[in-house]
Amino acid sequence: MSSNGIKDRVAIVGMGCTSFGEHWHKSASDLLVEASQEAHRSAGIDAAQIDAYWLGTLSSGLSGLMLSEPLKIQYKPVTHVENFCATGSEAMRNAAYAVASGAYDLVMAIGVEKLKDSGYSGLTGSGAPPSDGTESGMTAPANFSLLAPAYAKKYGVELDALKDVLSRIAYKNHANGARNPKAQYRKEVPLEKIKASPKVAGMLGIMDCSGVSDGAAAAILCRAEDAYKYNANPIFIKGLSFVAGPAEGPMRQEYDFTTFPEVVASAQDAYRQAQVTEPREEISMAEVHDCFTPTELVLMEDLGFSGRGGAWQDVLDGRFDLSGAQPVNPDGGLKSFGHPIGASGLRMMYEMWLQLRGEAGPRQIENPKLGLTHNLGGGPGRCVSFVSVVGR
Amino acid sequence: MAGILRYGSYVPFFRLARKPLGGSGERAVASYDEDAASVAVEAARESLRGFEGREAVEALLFATTSAPYVEKLNAATVQAACDLPGTMLSAELGGTSRAGLTGLLLGLDLAAAGRTVLVAAGDVVVGAPGGSRESMGGDAGAAFVVGPGDGGARLLGRASTTEEVLDVWRSPGMPFARQWEERFGEEVFAPIVHDTLERALASAGVGVADLDRVVLDGTSARALRTFAGRAKLDPTRVADDLAAGVGRAGAAHAPLMLAAALDRASPGDRVAVLSAADGADAVILEVTDGIAKARPQRTVERWIDSKRADLAYTTYLKWREVLPFEPPRRPEPARPAAPPMHRSERWKFGFVGSRCQACGAANLPPQRVCVACGAVDQMEPEPFADASCRVATYTIDRLAYSLQPPVVGAVVDFEGGGRFTCQLTDVDPDKVEIGDELEMTFRRVYTADGVHNYFWKARPRR
Repeated sequence: MSSNGIKDRVAIVGMGCTSFGEHWHKSASDLLVEASQEAHRSAGIDAAQIDAYWLGTLSSGLSGLMLSEPLKIQYKPVTHVENFCATGSEAMRNAAYAVASGAYDLVMAIGVEKLKDSGYSGLTGSGAPPSDGTESGMTAPANFSLLAPAYAKKYGVELDALKDVLSRIAYKNHANGARNPKAQYRKEVPLEKIKASPKVAGMLGIMDCSGVSDGAAAAILCRAEDAYKYNANPIFIKGLSFVAGPAEGPMRQEYDFTTFPEVVASAQDAYRQAQVTEPREEISMAEVHDCFTPTELVLMEDLGFSGRGGAWQDVLDGRFDLSGAQPVNPDGGLKSFGHPIGASGLRMMYEMWLQLRGEAGPRQIENPKLGLTHNLGGGPGRCVSFVSVVGR
Repeated sequence: MAGILRYGSYVPFFRLARKPLGGSGERAVASYDEDAASVAVEAARESLRGFEGREAVEALLFATTSAPYVEKLNAATVQAACDLPGTMLSAELGGTSRAGLTGLLLGLDLAAAGRTVLVAAGDVVVGAPGGSRESMGGDAGAAFVVGPGDGGARLLGRASTTEEVLDVWRSPGMPFARQWEERFGEEVFAPIVHDTLERALASAGVGVADLDRVVLDGTSARALRTFAGRAKLDPTRVADDLAAGVGRAGAAHAPLMLAAALDRASPGDRVAVLSAADGADAVILEVTDGIAKARPQRTVERWIDSKRADLAYTTYLKWREVLPFEPPRRPEPARPAAPPMHRSERWKFGFVGSRCQACGAANLPPQRVCVACGAVDQMEPEPFADASCRVATYTIDRLAYSLQPPVVGAVVDFEGGGRFTCQLTDVDPDKVEIGDELEMTFRRVYTADGVHNYFWKARPRR
């Protein structure tokens, strides 16, 4: 298999991101207008300069018209992208390849989701094709909750101790979100309150779950050689990987629910492209897919930030805190910033954009070199995974 | 020559105590994910498990007074869930709680003509709140494989009576059956019971005194008592009516009582079974040396003892859709679609997976490309409905839609290989452990737009 990568060939020259949360008074169209306008301003361009668009949304609309109509795009290509919760990253990846190929010079990747209009809790899986009715009916928190006892058993961690670790992850992400004016939840939450939150699935409480929210985020990309035409302070793509697995976890007894093989594969691919050999040392900061707290725990090992069985100790040691050696989810993550599906991957990149440019305000990480975003969709043993490495 | 080759029984896991309803004992309650077809399937699978002649079954009679579909053959659901060959005659009997025994009589007639027949009865009896049908009714299933030959119990004689009488009735649109006053039923049915049994005994060429066990079932318990008194039946030979622990399970009740009698019978025993509703059917059987081979693994008594008795009355009323309730903040599941259901029939209804002939790996659901070795189109179908399985891991899902929250989701590993993720049912969420032994069970997962979505769940072994 070849996955040649586009290291340092594509730059991000502008980004925009709405606040995430309950936007009762804004439609998906409103959110798309706001994110794209902010991105235009950030890149110093007019809408007319953009050659093509990639629109990511899971369930808030269909086709390129969902973007071209509210933005009044003048007869240009708009591609609708969907890849579960990794939709936003996937829009950006395809946009990056389009400029790298030379087909277009300046493109926009934009993601949006309007989740709060449904009136239901969590994701509802609406819009699924007609089926034979044999799905398990398990919810996302139930699926991801399977990680926690499996991890505890494999590495000999008491369940009570593991609950502390998971709560610590939520605590950290809320603490980071408290320093982020665009986050859905902008308050620190005491550890005890997190631990005692009402149960949702398995040992996961409501405070172990990411925020269900509305929001949009956008990036403007061009080839690296053009970057400084638009922005004096661009960031560059070092590695981009996306994999879909054979979904063997739910079918094979060998799968033990302590890892995402898809994440391991996409991380290795992205690191190879980016020439990263020691991710624990070389990656300055990361935005990862903390849909539920045990996901973030396992990701630390799958991404190579911790050794196998070592992430829980690293969490407790504060390694991934904003002030730690390798900050993870400095913007608050899905947990605190919120998770409007189609926007989340681009929201992660927005934090890299701010941090690498020194614009992250009270949560600025000192002199970051390489940043990583990780975005996944599906569940343990059956998912798609995206990893990017970006830098100056 | 005709006899019962195999039989099986099933009593659901839940019990409703009668004390709050003003009675004693408890009634069996089908769970929210069970119906007449699924409880009949449970009993039918008990009767077929390990039966070497299952390929010879060429007819299926399904009896119930609570058919899940008024139009659409419920017997086809039973046939598919038992993974019986489609090349068979299937028919349904209903309209009267005597239908289960009528099915057995018809099955024995077909058996005498040389055919092997599965007779499956199942019922979920719902009565109006506060009435005796609610408290004294029960939910259960029973099934018999009958065929030429003596089997475990051979047919000696039979008789029937048909009577146009307004005793129990339910018209379309009536949620609950009504019954005329008890004294009337007593006076009308006692003579019918007497006459029908006399004729059955005459056809069998035996007398009342020759009966080791008399199984009496009917809409009028008073008529049965009056008859037993007048006929001076030896009370020790009259079968327990299972009222204390099950309740009268409609069309499945006489079959269930017969199954309980066969559980304890000895070779040579003569058993009379009578069911009185809209007339009566009676059959006289003689238990043979083959009874041990005809028996299922689980007796009626074992099913009755395996239970969860803390069901709240309001929960029961929700399950039977008697009491409206606040829906969960989750979307209603979508109606399953006919073409995909039809395509995956053996998987969805029969829980038939596949095994790769290249590497031997089990694939659930059945695949074209093997999950283990990637071989393409080298699969053979393999039934997993009776395969041994255990909890690999599990979770309590408090968010998922269910009429009995919380849902217990489990990753189920099969002993011969293969893994499947599904809901557990008939389970106490506080008592699930990794490694627990499970068994697969056919359930009505939900109903949407009038379409019943049947599929398999796992339950702790009962």
